Amino acid sequence: MGEGESGHRKRAIGEYRTAGEVEGETPLSTEVTTEHITQLGADELVINMGPQHPSTHGVLRVKLKLDGERVIGSECVIGYLHRGVEKIGENRTYQQFAPYVDRMDYVAAVSNGLGYCEAIEKLLVVEAPPRARVIRTILTELQRIASHLLWLGTHALDIGALTPLFYCFREREEILKIFEKYCGARLTTHAFRIGGLQYEAYDTLEKDVERFCKDFTSRIVEYEDLLTQNRIWLGRTKGVGILSAADAIAYGVTGPVLRASGVKWDIRKAMPYAAYDQYKFEIPTGTAGDTYDRYMVRMEEMRQSRLICLQAIENIPTGPILAKVGKVLKPPAGEVYHAIEAPKGELGYYVVSDGTVQPYRVRIRPPSFVNLEAFDRMVRGHLVADVVAIIGTLDIVLGEIDR
Amino acid sequence: MQPAVQATMEFLKLYWVPLLCGVIIVALLPLIAGYIVLVERKLMADMQVRLGPMRVGPHGLLQPIADALKLLIKEDIIPENSDALVFWLAPVLSVGAALLALAGLAIGPAFQVAQDINIGILFVVGISAMGIFGIVLGGWASNSHYSLMGALRSSAQLVSYETAAGMALVAGLLFAGTLNIKAIVDAQQSAGVWFGLLSPVALFTYLVASIAETNRAPFDLPEAESELVAGYMTEFSGFRWALYFLAEYTNMVVVASVATTLFLGGWLRPFASVHWLDFLDYFPTLLMVLIGVYCLIRVPKQPSRVHQLFMLAVAALCFVVALVLLAPVILPIAHPFKAGILGSFWFLLKVGLYLYLFMWLRFTLPRYRFDQLMRLGWHFLIPLSIINVLLVGIALIAGSYFQLQGWALLLATTPAAVIGLVAAIVLLSVEQKTHSAAAPSAAADFYGG
Amino acid sequence: MADEPKEPQPPPVPPGDKPASTALPSAPAAKAPDAKAPAAPARPAPPPPKPPVSLQTPLNNELVARLRGKFDAAIVEAIEDRKQAIVTVARERLGEIALYLRDEEKFDMLSDLTAVDWPRREKRFDVVLNLYSFAKNERLRVKAHAADGEKVPSMTGVWPTANWLEREVFDMFGIIFEGHPNLTRILLPEEWQGYPLRKDYDILHQDTAWVKENLGIESGQ
Repeated sequence: MGEGESGHRKRAIGEYRTAGEVEGETPLSTEVTTEHITQLGADELVINMGPQHPSTHGVLRVKLKLDGERVIGSECVIGYLHRGVEKIGENRTYQQFAPYVDRMDYVAAVSNGLGYCEAIEKLLVVEAPPRARVIRTILTELQRIASHLLWLGTHALDIGALTPLFYCFREREEILKIFEKYCGARLTTHAFRIGGLQYEAYDTLEKDVERFCKDFTSRIVEYEDLLTQNRIWLGRTKGVGILSAADAIAYGVTGPVLRASGVKWDIRKAMPYAAYDQYKFEIPTGTAGDTYDRYMVRMEEMRQSRLICLQAIENIPTGPILAKVGKVLKPPAGEVYHAIEAPKGELGYYVVSDGTVQPYRVRIRPPSFVNLEAFDRMVRGHLVADVVAIIGTLDIVLGEIDR
Repeated sequence: MQPAVQATMEFLKLYWVPLLCGVIIVALLPLIAGYIVLVERKLMADMQVRLGPMRVGPHGLLQPIADALKLLIKEDIIPENSDALVFWLAPVLSVGAALLALAGLAIGPAFQVAQDINIGILFVVGISAMGIFGIVLGGWASNSHYSLMGALRSSAQLVSYETAAGMALVAGLLFAGTLNIKAIVDAQQSAGVWFGLLSPVALFTYLVASIAETNRAPFDLPEAESELVAGYMTEFSGFRWALYFLAEYTNMVVVASVATTLFLGGWLRPFASVHWLDFLDYFPTLLMVLIGVYCLIRVPKQPSRVHQLFMLAVAALCFVVALVLLAPVILPIAHPFKAGILGSFWFLLKVGLYLYLFMWLRFTLPRYRFDQLMRLGWHFLIPLSIINVLLVGIALIAGSYFQLQGWALLLATTPAAVIGLVAAIVLLSVEQKTHSAAAPSAAADFYGG
Repeated sequence: MADEPKEPQPPPVPPGDKPASTALPSAPAAKAPDAKAPAAPARPAPPPPKPPVSLQTPLNNELVARLRGKFDAAIVEAIEDRKQAIVTVARERLGEIALYLRDEEKFDMLSDLTAVDWPRREKRFDVVLNLYSFAKNERLRVKAHAADGEKVPSMTGVWPTANWLEREVFDMFGIIFEGHPNLTRILLPEEWQGYPLRKDYDILHQDTAWVKENLGIESGQ
């Protein structure tokens, strides 16, 4: 539900900022007329990458102010996928709301579920049993790999490399098969329950994960062969969309984008949840904060996720998989903010309980929403062809941004 | 009346072969281009771990026909304020130029529409350059800012790389000494070595320039969606778009043919002048027989009766072609046709390999951004091709001084090629340094680093 | 200091298996009627209602002491809930407190800025800031109460993240942030009437006028 598209409403021609005023933090004036766009000869031009566009990864509308070829300002219009999930949360019980959470970042549903279940467990002050936590970790790390694979394929496709997409989906297919065997669903999995897991790990889970992890190293080498040292890839991604560490922290950017800017911070290490404190893994960081560094960080993260999975399946503790939480959940009144390291960044759940079976307020802090705020900062001074690369490198999912 | 009819009959008697070739080309080329597209889709699928079109016809072989039919029956949308005449004319110009360029090319000593033009290569290159009109007029006639921008960009790219391609051709022509297509191939036969071997730098330069000439990846930014629109082709729907598409693939065939003629020996078989290797004349037949046998082996493995019959038909076709290719070698009465028939096979094989290289690069490499593309053309390719012409000239002078003929000429040209390679590396690294120095400062201006 | 725990969480506070929240008053429930209410009288005499268990305890660590020292009465309340530090401050001084927290206490990242609506309260809105300090690796929640119509100082000058977060709060709750460069709706269309996350905005409610005009249909349902 956003503004309507071209031609339906005529507004007055707004004031345009000249190139000298670019440094201000104020965004574009929203008063833009579409007739102006087709007039040739204007020094500045406002063009619209409309909500329907193959490269915006969802329904995102980007207004770009151009000076010739260079972008001197931008404005993202979101809300086309707003479904009122937070309002729905106030009208469902805690367990009923869990499937809604998968549909936000639909690319990495398992992470969303993990964050929500852990937030409610914090609210209830219960802890999932060790076996559940380890299995949760394995599935979440597989989901991280799957999410990064999808990112890699689509990002490379936007920049023109047609083939990595299919290779990445081939691997993603393996992971989705594992999810399907585990909980019956590939995409919106609802894999976890509040208090632990509902389904026991199926008998060949460890073998499947091990086989996937063993094959995966050679596959990453395939992707890297195609891209990492490729002149054209380097030319399209090095120096594009630079975000300094100070800017990243100021804009609240989290996840691989923050790490590529040089800030070594990962919630899995800083405030461990699930079973992450038991495993050894590195946090890849970049130095330049450009698109290439974000690419390298995510590639390395895939490798580290694979290592976590291998460590986890070696020793899955036995025991119950669901803590005793009862069928009716009425957490004590209060509130909790729980954040996890989703593939896209810090996914936070702020849940306020008033002691009844339904949450009083469910607030979801989407990583892509906050990361997209930094888009304007990153895109200024670049050419139009780089805009698509920068949107891709932020790894946004509109389901999460709009909720 | 009588003299007119008589003159026409005389004309037809003399020129029935080229006329026939012309008619065949114009009638068949849309079909052929459609099947080149199918081959590309199947190759792309193979490299991307999937199958490609499989539904329409056995293994998707009727896909191009379905696509053509679909495009023909689509609604013809013309933008409101566009110039209707130019809108109609633009794709026609593109296709016309491409097809006309084909007229100058020869796939065998006798198969040429425009027989024996003195300016053969120049004719082809000049006419295919006229296709740029089609692009610019198409973008202008669309009455859309974005289309015009895309068209101008595309034409700027084509013009820049035309220069590099031309200089590469000049290097090859220095060896040939003539622009006449038949004479160029004959020169390669008498020299006994292909000009591409004599000047690999020229071949490489022409390869890169021809990819840019035909708007193929990695130089296809004017057509990609990061252009925000599909460039100059956006407003053309249905058959008009099919004409642009046809023009693009025909251009691909044209540049492949030019490269084959000048650098890869045209219709000559490998080692055409080495007579103890004459058994290579059986290679085309052998190849077709092998393909036919492979089809026969796969017949029982086909999923359905229709597929089996189809495979049998393909195998039969392969054997028939094998026989046709065998006849001129074995039968004495067919010897005069040997150069024509076998030559066509070799020519088409080389063009096919060149196109395969095009397609392979498209699937593997990402896309260049427009400024990087232009920088590559002007700062790397054009200087390299000019340097190469100088080096080839010097090599030829040295060759004639030491009276090197045929294969011995390689002694002179190989050092030239090595120096050319060194020059290429130097140019690339210089361009890299200046480019990386430029980019951050430009961006830094806008947000203070 | 109230840290997010690095070790596994302590055993549940209330003894026994179930959380002790069986008989809390349903006062703040301005939502759909609890389906269990009609069933309750049918059961045999229920045990006397236990007092509601709240896990919130007053917080008196060094950070709070420093804040109180500097801002005195502006720090309305400081509690700890399930190991999280929550500080409630006066709305008018939120700007300076935020600057102090960012610069002196090194809470350099604003994780989240949101609001909660308590309509029965006089100052119905809770504007909630979730802060994080990289240096200290700790989180802090800062709340400010605001009545309907009162303006809250904008955090965009302190943490640029707050730009879109405040726009969303404005969009959903109607809270005006003073000093925000572009306070317009972000998720809903600009002409939408009503603020959906307020408790008096029913879940089935919508701006039917907008829907009719822009989508051409009677209702979005």
